[in-house]
Amino acid sequence: MTTNALRRSGSKGQAGDKIFSGAALGAGILILVTLLAVAVFLLIQALPTFTADPTLVSGGEGFFSYIYPIVIGTVIAAAIALLIATPVGIAVALFISHYAPRRLAAGLGYVIDLLAAIPSVIYGAWGYLVLAPALVPSFQWLAENLGFIPLFEGPASQTGKTILTAGIVLAVMVLPIITSLSREIFLQTPKLHEEAALALGATRWEMITMSVLPFARPGIISAVMLGLGRALGETMAVALVLSTGSLIPSLIKSGNQTIAAEIALNFPEAFGLRLSELIAAGLVLFVITLVVNLIARAIIARHKEFSGAN
Amino acid sequence: MNAVTANKLPNDSRQQPGKPPVARKRNSLSKGLLPRWAAPGIAVGSLILGAAASTLGGFSVASFAIYAAVIFVVASAIITTLVEGPRRGRNALATHLVYAAFLLALIPLASVLFTVLQKGLPGINTHFLFHSMNGITGAADNASVEDGTPVLGGAYHAVLGTLLITLWSTLISVPVGMLTAIYLVEYGKNGPLARGITFFVDVMTGIPSIVAGLFATALFAVIMGPTARMGIVAAVALSVLMIPTVVRSTEEMLKIVPNELREAAYALGVRKWRTIAKVVIPTAISGIASGVTLAIARVIGETAPILVTAGLANNINVNVFGNWMATLPTFIYYQILTPTSPTNVDPSIQRAWAAALLLIAMVMVLNLGARLIAGLFAPKKGR
Repeated sequence: MTTNALRRSGSKGQAGDKIFSGAALGAGILILVTLLAVAVFLLIQALPTFTADPTLVSGGEGFFSYIYPIVIGTVIAAAIALLIATPVGIAVALFISHYAPRRLAAGLGYVIDLLAAIPSVIYGAWGYLVLAPALVPSFQWLAENLGFIPLFEGPASQTGKTILTAGIVLAVMVLPIITSLSREIFLQTPKLHEEAALALGATRWEMITMSVLPFARPGIISAVMLGLGRALGETMAVALVLSTGSLIPSLIKSGNQTIAAEIALNFPEAFGLRLSELIAAGLVLFVITLVVNLIARAIIARHKEFSGAN
Repeated sequence: MNAVTANKLPNDSRQQPGKPPVARKRNSLSKGLLPRWAAPGIAVGSLILGAAASTLGGFSVASFAIYAAVIFVVASAIITTLVEGPRRGRNALATHLVYAAFLLALIPLASVLFTVLQKGLPGINTHFLFHSMNGITGAADNASVEDGTPVLGGAYHAVLGTLLITLWSTLISVPVGMLTAIYLVEYGKNGPLARGITFFVDVMTGIPSIVAGLFATALFAVIMGPTARMGIVAAVALSVLMIPTVVRSTEEMLKIVPNELREAAYALGVRKWRTIAKVVIPTAISGIASGVTLAIARVIGETAPILVTAGLANNINVNVFGNWMATLPTFIYYQILTPTSPTNVDPSIQRAWAAALLLIAMVMVLNLGARLIAGLFAPKKGR
């Protein structure tokens, strides 16, 4: 339809074509520019922190010693979340794809998606007012019986507002991501592989370990990476649930801090150097999540042709 | 997952209805398998043992459920292993763990919804819905606790702020997102630029919401000075989060529009942009609308970007281009974290839960609305 004969037949509407394709192209480029701008503007605003006198930065020893404990805190919270959410999320995905009655499966998938729809601030409020008080007895039990392990060193927090509670809330928020992505991939397992395993007399679990999981491994890895990206960047759940403090190994005492929560809690009162410090912290978070997401997307892209995940 | 899979499982032969356990002895297929009453039997046994174990350390429903579930999973695995062999034992263990994981995942959902309903309903009334927090001080809250008068102050300003900021971010994201998707599907043709955009849209999906907020603040700080906090900054921040969702859903929908429709339009001499505007988009509009609704549902509950962009207001502000604005999520956050009256926190907590109920109702309505739009007006896929 773009031959010259047709082009020449009438110029009416040609301007429309140009405007339309130009607008579409412009919108696409705008997205690339935006992503670049995120990095550039954060860098501009963060710059004073890196050039400032180290004694003026919070903590008095320069930006690195300020950011390092909260990066570790962020990683701890995300690690707890993934340790809980990965096995549960994969099992729930298996339940929906291979165990639940077929008629229920779609509805159950929707119920799990509802978990993702609940706003994070409500999870935060729930963690603060319901989950944290409910976990206090368990923390005390851990401190009494496993207190010799540095992770569970007592005395346990009396409010339950610890990094472990925050990790559990994060796990709930990450779970639907891992579940929905894994489920998509489990459903794409070649039916012949499954039936061949069953025909050889495999039990259902053997069929899953022999045909479904090997097929889905790259998809599961990328699902977990995407969940990690979400857990690292989640703000409100941690800001509300965690009673912050310096970096400590114990998971059941109040203490530790994550980047996102540090920004949210301090930003409203921040100005001057403190402001650019927080923006620099945001830049660090951006880079970390960007790397995690790039790895996840690269894994998906490499296996795209046969897994179909996106 | 299909019905065939379930029926082909060897140990399902014991579950055929109408066969009395007596038949087991004569049927060579069911030899060496547990009788049909084994699973319910083990369940009853573990309920009793679980109750006994939980009373030892002070009875509670939670510990009872945990003990009973653990005993059931372990006992049925051991018994199956003893009777049917280790392979079936592992299978039984895995099956029960998968079921347990699903039930475990439902607990937080049920708990959150129950808590929000239980604590939010008492706070919902016309005063709450149609009054702001303007002029509500700690003294008013103290008075309502001490004298038992109704809690004053509401979330009207926050509801307005939420709606306005979401509206503006929708106005920004929908054109940009849809045009990008049109470029990707109709013009890009999988070229290097289109592939790059697809990749970075995926990456953008993973931007932490607070970083999007910081970006908008930094952007407006460069343009307008460091203290620019207002509704439109928040709308820009939310757009950064919303655009990738809109692009992805629109792209998926445009891809399933049958090529025959486009070719038919071209054959009639219709220009490409008219084809897209009059044929392609109307065909996919229900899916696009549903995707946009889901994207709105995603950003309407965002707190962190609002926190760093729009500040916090107690009064009604309908001007997104000036002064601070409150939204429901930040209202909840501040009511919990910094109660209006530090000595009597109950009125603040009540307002927070009532606002949470409002917010969750909005999100659920948007989610269900998206499903309805997609279901009712779904295009014929032509395949």
